[in-house]
Amino acid sequence: MYGDRGLRVVLGESISKETNEKIRSLTTQLEKERIDGVLEWIPAYTTVSIFYNPEKISFDALSQKIHELYENLSQIEIPPAEVVTIPVCYGGKYGPDLENVAAHNKLTEEEVIRIHSGNDYLIYMMGFSPGFPYLGGMSDKIATPRLESPRKKIPAGSVGIAGSQTGVYPSDSPGGWQIIGRTPMKLYDPKSDTPILLRAGNYVRFRSVTEAEYEEIYQSIMKGTYELEIKPYRGLQNEATYR
Amino acid sequence: MENATIEVMKPGLSTSIQDLGRTGYQQYGMVVAGAMDMFALQVANILVGNKHGAAAIEAVLMGPELRFLKDTVIAVCGANLSPTLDDEPIQTWKSYRVQKGQTLKFGKPIDGAYAYIAVSGGITTPKVMGSRSTYAKGGIGNYLSKGDLLPTGDPNMKRSGRSLHPDLIPNYNNPDKIRVILGPDEDAFTKEGIHTFLRESYKITTQSDRKGARLEGAPIEHVDGADIISDAVFPGTIQVPANGQPIVLLADRQPTGGYTRIATVITEDLPRIAQSLPGKEIAFEAVSLHVAQELFHRRQKLLRLLIP
Repeated sequence: MYGDRGLRVVLGESISKETNEKIRSLTTQLEKERIDGVLEWIPAYTTVSIFYNPEKISFDALSQKIHELYENLSQIEIPPAEVVTIPVCYGGKYGPDLENVAAHNKLTEEEVIRIHSGNDYLIYMMGFSPGFPYLGGMSDKIATPRLESPRKKIPAGSVGIAGSQTGVYPSDSPGGWQIIGRTPMKLYDPKSDTPILLRAGNYVRFRSVTEAEYEEIYQSIMKGTYELEIKPYRGLQNEATYR
Repeated sequence: MENATIEVMKPGLSTSIQDLGRTGYQQYGMVVAGAMDMFALQVANILVGNKHGAAAIEAVLMGPELRFLKDTVIAVCGANLSPTLDDEPIQTWKSYRVQKGQTLKFGKPIDGAYAYIAVSGGITTPKVMGSRSTYAKGGIGNYLSKGDLLPTGDPNMKRSGRSLHPDLIPNYNNPDKIRVILGPDEDAFTKEGIHTFLRESYKITTQSDRKGARLEGAPIEHVDGADIISDAVFPGTIQVPANGQPIVLLADRQPTGGYTRIATVITEDLPRIAQSLPGKEIAFEAVSLHVAQELFHRRQKLLRLLIP
């Protein structure tokens, strides 16, 4: 129970891939079932919170329905998760803190880039600001504390590190993350047909691009001709072979 | 703009366009926005013959000055910010016929904070993600500025002179407790903490806005810290950060948050929180889901009965 129009489904106790998979199964089911009276749902790290209209469905009927879905979760085939490639121009004017991150971890800038772009990051949830992905899976080798004093304005597309988290700023905003690069891609664009690029349960992979490539991609995004690189997620085994 | 019905002469303070908000996009981190007082918005629309969820103008404390470029029907509901039509006072919760060239102004705030100006045909600015609600921070629309021209749908001129029965007009100075359903993080608070929350009264501070009402009063005690794994929040959810001072989340809240949630205000009482001015003392009372939903059903039934 969550307020008088909410139902909160707890699917785990801590942040884990397994819990995230359960959440993705449940939200896939919710999307398919289109239960009358369910207005929307918010997946988070360990829960799915459902917002419903009590005039259309009672709390008890909805709980019952969710229990049924939950019982069958393991039998549900969910579509494979997707990996969305995000091109990033690391360092230089776009990544003023790449140097900090390298120095803090006693690595070269190239090593930081290789580590940061060498992994698929699971999008655990969306939130904080429209289009912001909470990513999991960053290597501790490049973990770096936040800046001591936050910047007043970080441009949209900035890719940063805060502690052991990495993320991308979907819009211009103040912030204290160590900025290591920038993507020309728009994670949030209210005027677009897909106002929000990413989905919880999918993966992100960063690809290092040069400044010239950044410009080229930016131009094709502006023209609407850019083709998003999306691949099915193949799991950890392939990741090992990849390395 | 060809179909402009309204010209903004003075914008007022943070005047915006609001409807029922953006439903379905919270899973992508999108803010819902929408009217702070959903009841007043819906009644205003019904009084001018619109669908209950049409877009209207939301004024806060210092209302705008609006000139009408066409004959139409309007209603002002919610806060009483002393509305006048061509300098003649008009009543709130009542629809009026307006002639081309007439001007709607506002004066002193008498009761409440948010007023809704519904115009027959509804405001027809472009929809973004299914809603016309302004969310300036997210680049969707903007607060009104001088010279803005607002389009509307075709007016229904027959819908003037209708008013809400006086018994049904909310009194925002009502000292009754704000009713809540406890949880979902009840266990994150000590028994004494929950007790404090339900016993003491809390003052609305000036740091309150469309995102939420920040309250000030006896600190609410946690068992072990105020942080949770980021999780969903709903309209009226009351977060308690480490300082023990509650925040009631409102229309422009983020869909998720990382602070312990002691309770959620019931839908029936959300307009009263939104309409409370800084300085007002409020107290909370826990009710059951059954009680909250009975009130919800009653309110929805009332709105349906108002539709002619």
